[in-house]
Amino acid sequence: MLTAIGVMVAIAVVTGLVLGWSAIRFKVEGNPLAEKIDAILPQTQCGQCGFPGCKPYAEAIAKGEADINQCPPGGEEGVKKLAELLGVEPKPLDEAHGTPKPKSVAFIDENTCIGCTLCIQACPVDAISGAAKQMHTIIAAECTGCELCLPPCPVDCITMVPIAEDLPHWKWKHPVVMLKQVEEEHA
Amino acid sequence: MSRELFKFKGGVHPPGHKSESNSRPIHAAPLPKKLVIPLRQHIGNPAKPVVEVGERVKKGQLIGEADGYISCAVHASSSGTVTAIDMQTMPHASGLPDLCITIETDGRDEWIAHAPLDYRAMVPAELRMRLRDMGIAGLGGAVFPSAVKLDPGAAQACPTLIINGGECEPWITCDDVLMRHRADEILQGVTVMRHLLGSTEILVGIEDNKPEAVAAMQAAAAKMDFAVEVVAVPARYPGGGAKQMIETLTGKQVPSGKLSTDIGIQVFNVGTTYALARAVHHGEPLISRLVTVTGHVLRPQNFEVLIGTPMHTLITLAGDRDGTTGVLMGGPMMGVPMPDLEVPVVKATNCILVKSNELFPPLPRALPCIRCTRCADACPAELQPQELFRFAKAGDFGRAQEYHLFDCIECGCCSYVCPSHIPLVDYYRYAKGEIWAREKEKRAADLARERHEFRLFRLEREKKEKAEKLAAKAQAKRAELAADPSASGAPDADAKKALIAAALARAQAKKAEVAPKNVDHLTPEQQHSIEEIEARRAKIRELAHQPLESEEKP
Ligand code: SF4
Ligand code: SF4
Ligand code: SF4
Ligand code: SF4
Repeated sequence: MLTAIGVMVAIAVVTGLVLGWSAIRFKVEGNPLAEKIDAILPQTQCGQCGFPGCKPYAEAIAKGEADINQCPPGGEEGVKKLAELLGVEPKPLDEAHGTPKPKSVAFIDENTCIGCTLCIQACPVDAISGAAKQMHTIIAAECTGCELCLPPCPVDCITMVPIAEDLPHWKWKHPVVMLKQVEEEHA
Repeated sequence: MSRELFKFKGGVHPPGHKSESNSRPIHAAPLPKKLVIPLRQHIGNPAKPVVEVGERVKKGQLIGEADGYISCAVHASSSGTVTAIDMQTMPHASGLPDLCITIETDGRDEWIAHAPLDYRAMVPAELRMRLRDMGIAGLGGAVFPSAVKLDPGAAQACPTLIINGGECEPWITCDDVLMRHRADEILQGVTVMRHLLGSTEILVGIEDNKPEAVAAMQAAAAKMDFAVEVVAVPARYPGGGAKQMIETLTGKQVPSGKLSTDIGIQVFNVGTTYALARAVHHGEPLISRLVTVTGHVLRPQNFEVLIGTPMHTLITLAGDRDGTTGVLMGGPMMGVPMPDLEVPVVKATNCILVKSNELFPPLPRALPCIRCTRCADACPAELQPQELFRFAKAGDFGRAQEYHLFDCIECGCCSYVCPSHIPLVDYYRYAKGEIWAREKEKRAADLARERHEFRLFRLEREKKEKAEKLAAKAQAKRAELAADPSASGAPDADAKKALIAAALARAQAKKAEVAPKNVDHLTPEQQHSIEEIEARRAKIRELAHQPLESEEKP
């Protein structure tokens, strides 16, 4: 009886020590939940959610300080994914933070640009190139369409251009065959 | 032939409709007035235009050069003048435009200087690049650049070379007719492929509904100085699919996500082989191909067509009829509807199939899936089409991928047998497109995250560097002051004050130097208000200085 208790206590102590040591030794840097949330967010870095970027918003959600429906670029689909990850009910996007828009990239009218570099300072992903007093250009492949460069521009020469559908980006639509034929029959 | 043949799973037996078009000889389509040559005709990067509007080009001249390894050049199909380099509607289901070079032909059809290649004397890599620059791409439908497929890679050799003359899709007969009439040249192309790939076994697979083609190829093979085995395989759709042809001839299956070269086999379509022969033995780039024009036309037949010829001219040649309900590029199983008939013939155009209500009655209304699994029985890729359909329809793309959506070759067997007439393939195409788009979005998001994080890091670093620089400067100034005998012994606070005063004096001196530029011609009122403002400023300055002075007094 005594030996049995002794053995159990010994096992408990050893496992406790191992667990305690590994908790310190293998401590996960950062917040794994916030990272998972961040992986779902669209990384537009536009700040419409009320946080200075996607990561701070992810951290706020992880801490339970922000709701899951504040990211317009992520759209309803993003909310759904977040709800799935967090095991809560999805809800409609909070209109107060804006509504989803078709994906666009910023375009600088290079004739009007005075080279003030204000847009460079605003761009969260360094997608604008140019030096002081030089004309500025947007690297379209890296622009996330966050629109943060629009307000600082003193000559309003930046516009958002929706990304047009072209051959390499075209995709087959969801078949509508059934619908159409039902309609025809009714007609 | 005593070769043991294997049977791939699934498949269907749709009516062949080959005899309509395969008995007429090959007819060269007349030179059109205008050729529209797309720069994106192949898989990989589109070609880059190397001519300008207004330039005169000769037949066979390079007009778009290959851009990268997986790419292919395009050439002028006839002589004439480049009249436009712009966006034109493509022969594609989307009906979207893409960059094309338009040539107004001059009717002279004047060739550029060209000569056969001495391929045996060339380094393989150099020969492959030449073939890429001659625009050789797979003419069986996929239009993959052939130069890439002719690289045996690390293995140094690809033991088995299969020439695919299956042509299993109903209505299409361009490969059949090519084999009947140009078997010798096809085999000359095989010589070059064998040379590049180091293949020891050469098989030509032809479906047994083409006995004339089999006979012609056998006669030509007998003349070669290496062994070529021409095998008649049982006709069953999609027996001409590359994977199915491999399995029928060798019994080997290409594992999911692998290439046939991984199991030592390479497959080329007969049309590609012929184009390669023209390129190597005559120095002619790929500027024409055989196209079957069939279906609801008066004289279904095969034309030799210059790339860039508008489709409607071919339909007119074959005799258009009333009651046309649409045109497919390709056959009835895998073909895609054409947005209009101005679109040009491209390297991928094997067939122009004109539809009518008698030949292709509209499908009855689709009904819900009854889970009869007939589609699964017919699927040659051994998939579960009914499950793929369920997931694709529900937008559950992850599950669709788990069920090997990307092994689907879009052959259409499942839709063909489905008693509920569900357009299954359309759902798979839709799902594949969505998955690709999402992957692209994911990559873009990852890039944005990385760049944003780098920016934060950069800002942080700049701030730190600035602070350090300032600290260093202040330190230096303090040291300087400490060294100055007149200021020696002064307390730290005094040193700081002195620094500030010095800076202020510097700033003021600077300000006094620059005279405002816009005060030359002023009205008296303006002059007056300026004076007023200056007076106010002076007062404020005075007020600001006072405490400093009062401090200095004691
Ligand atoms: S609203 Fe903008 S910053 Fe906020 S999570 Fe969405 S994309 Fe990121
Ligand atoms: S360029 Fe403008 S819109 Fe594009 S990412 Fe930068 S700030 Fe946003
Ligand atoms: S903010 Fe406007 S004017 Fe200034 S550099 Fe950018 S685009 Fe040019
Ligand atoms: S053949 Fe059609 S009805 Fe039958 S299981 Fe497949 S999809 Fe469903």
